[in-house]
Amino acid sequence: MKQKLRQYKAWLYLLPAILFLGVFMVYPLIDVIIYSFEEGFNFVTRTSQGTGLFNYSYVLHDPYFVQALKNTFLIVIITVPLSTGFALLLSLALTSIKPLRNLYQTVYFLPYVTNTLAVGLVFMVLFKKTAYTDGMVNLLLNAFGAPSVDFIDGPYWAKMLVMCIYTVWVVLPFKVLILTSALASVNPDYYKAARVDGTRPSRIFFRITLPMISPMLFYLVITGFIGAFKAYSDEVALFGTDLNAAGMNTMVGYVYDMLYGASGGYPSYASAAALLLFLIVLTITCINLMVSRRSVHY
Amino acid sequence: MKITLDHVTKRFPNRNKKIREDVIAVNDFTFEIPDGKLIGLLGPSGCGKSTTLNLISGLEMPTTGRIYFGETDVTDIPAEHRGVGLVFQNYALYPHLTVLDNIMFPLGNLRGSEKLTKEQMRDKAMEVAKLVQIDELTERRPKELSGGQQQRVAIARALVKMPSVLLLDEPLSNLDARLRLQTREELARIQHETGITTVFVTHDQEEAMSISDQIVVMKDGLFQQMGKPQEVYDRPDNLFVAKFLGTPPINVFEGTVKDGKLYIGDEAIFPVKLAADDSAPTEDASANASSDAAPADGRPVYVGIRPEGFLPKENGAFSLTLKKIEVMGRDTSVVATHEKAQAATIRAIIASDEAVHEKDGIVRFDIKPNKLHLFDRTTERRIDYTAL
Repeated sequence: MKQKLRQYKAWLYLLPAILFLGVFMVYPLIDVIIYSFEEGFNFVTRTSQGTGLFNYSYVLHDPYFVQALKNTFLIVIITVPLSTGFALLLSLALTSIKPLRNLYQTVYFLPYVTNTLAVGLVFMVLFKKTAYTDGMVNLLLNAFGAPSVDFIDGPYWAKMLVMCIYTVWVVLPFKVLILTSALASVNPDYYKAARVDGTRPSRIFFRITLPMISPMLFYLVITGFIGAFKAYSDEVALFGTDLNAAGMNTMVGYVYDMLYGASGGYPSYASAAALLLFLIVLTITCINLMVSRRSVHY
Repeated sequence: MKITLDHVTKRFPNRNKKIREDVIAVNDFTFEIPDGKLIGLLGPSGCGKSTTLNLISGLEMPTTGRIYFGETDVTDIPAEHRGVGLVFQNYALYPHLTVLDNIMFPLGNLRGSEKLTKEQMRDKAMEVAKLVQIDELTERRPKELSGGQQQRVAIARALVKMPSVLLLDEPLSNLDARLRLQTREELARIQHETGITTVFVTHDQEEAMSISDQIVVMKDGLFQQMGKPQEVYDRPDNLFVAKFLGTPPINVFEGTVKDGKLYIGDEAIFPVKLAADDSAPTEDASANASSDAAPADGRPVYVGIRPEGFLPKENGAFSLTLKKIEVMGRDTSVVATHEKAQAATIRAIIASDEAVHEKDGIVRFDIKPNKLHLFDRTTERRIDYTAL
């Protein structure tokens, strides 16, 4: 009797959280899965024309989706290693200098607190070709005798280049912050011990520093992958809302367009695309976890 | 290898920026550590022991002064080229490497003609692992070891490259009491077997006294005394050394030497003759004056009496107010008070078969002369005397 009462009590205490999570997390999640198998679901009539894998087939054959998939993968593959590598270099530099360290730390952290759209504006000044000027970067290119490139409305590689620079720049501060604190938390005695033994700096870095900060590095890689797969607002900041036309759409952008975009109103396609994205992220994260088991030292 | 410190001083800029004055961690150290001995650097925390160790290792550079290994001046040689092995207080074992990899780590730094093959490294590491008796544990990671085992790994790692000098920073402080006893014997054994000049830092006088060939006592960055543990205990150069060595600590009284007798309060403990040259080392003018002149009210001194220096006697010369008697089995500790004592209580250790004669709350003792030390009241330096 008492045991049972205690159980009820426990459920009572858990109720607010369960309700909240149930309504806002679990129910929509299940709904998305259901939508994704219901052909031509209509929000207004709440009816569908049947069930099956049609939505998946449609999405996978949609050239816009394929383009979004390609863009997303490119952004992920280019920016995650680059930003993590840069962040590591910057953190190492930051921890090894003494004067002006705080100033530099502040400067590197600025992008983190700056609004995405404001940053987009700055990038426009740097890269956008207008009637009056070709943009800062093009002026620089011209100075070296190279022709102007239209980075915003021009060739695909130019747009992708700007996109990647932008993404790396935006995600860098958080990684620098995490890595500088990870580096600072390594007990200096390890370095002293290595120094007394006459260890070369490169060996210290690869045999001591890197393993010591590997949990943090791994955390950054995982969250970096997930964040990059979910990229959307950065693309909007650079190329405007019609990403399909610019050929720079991402998977999240595709999902959004399918729901609310000018050509939107297709919750079934959106759900299927969202689930595909989920599966990809899940797979990548599992691979990451398996790799980490060998190389991350807690 | 013999280590010589020649007028070594180390200053650090004060961390509190408002105070311009530097912190002097080590102040004008001059002493010589003989070859192949185990030396304990002893002092209360913050006295500059670890800094001294870091200076010898090369992790810190002295502000002034020179350091010699043998006849070689190593002052400007960085740590990696001094050939020292250093064991850290927290051991600093690399947590992601196995015990064997930890021990082999220093060998992997050897280059050129010294470069070893993987097999040679393994053999050497195993040899040292055997010496410190951890050869069964080489595949484990540091966190799978007990504190004592980690300590051995750290020593093995420091020994594997055959350093000319082995330095240990508070090697036993992270171990529990039982293990500490065991490990310090172990440390002495390893030092004895390898014959490497070893310097270790400790704040625990018992630890230093029990295993060191010689101890160096420090206080506030100043060198106090160096010598064999028993010699330093029996002939402390100053009041600080006398107080720092020995458990229970020495009992200190304010006394006077007058008319060839040592007085504590009104009681004459025994007749003494102060050594004629006792005032020579004191630069203090007032101390000089007090020793020669002012015989009228005697020369004020500090009297230090070791707990084992009390002999209970029914009509002894020295009377104390008894507080309690603690029977410990092997010996008895008499806790008493005296108005001229520096501490609130006085502790005398007597053999358990000796009777304590108490009368009206008073116990009387005779004092063993070689357990009683006199110190100048102002300079706190030792005053040599002969008991008559």
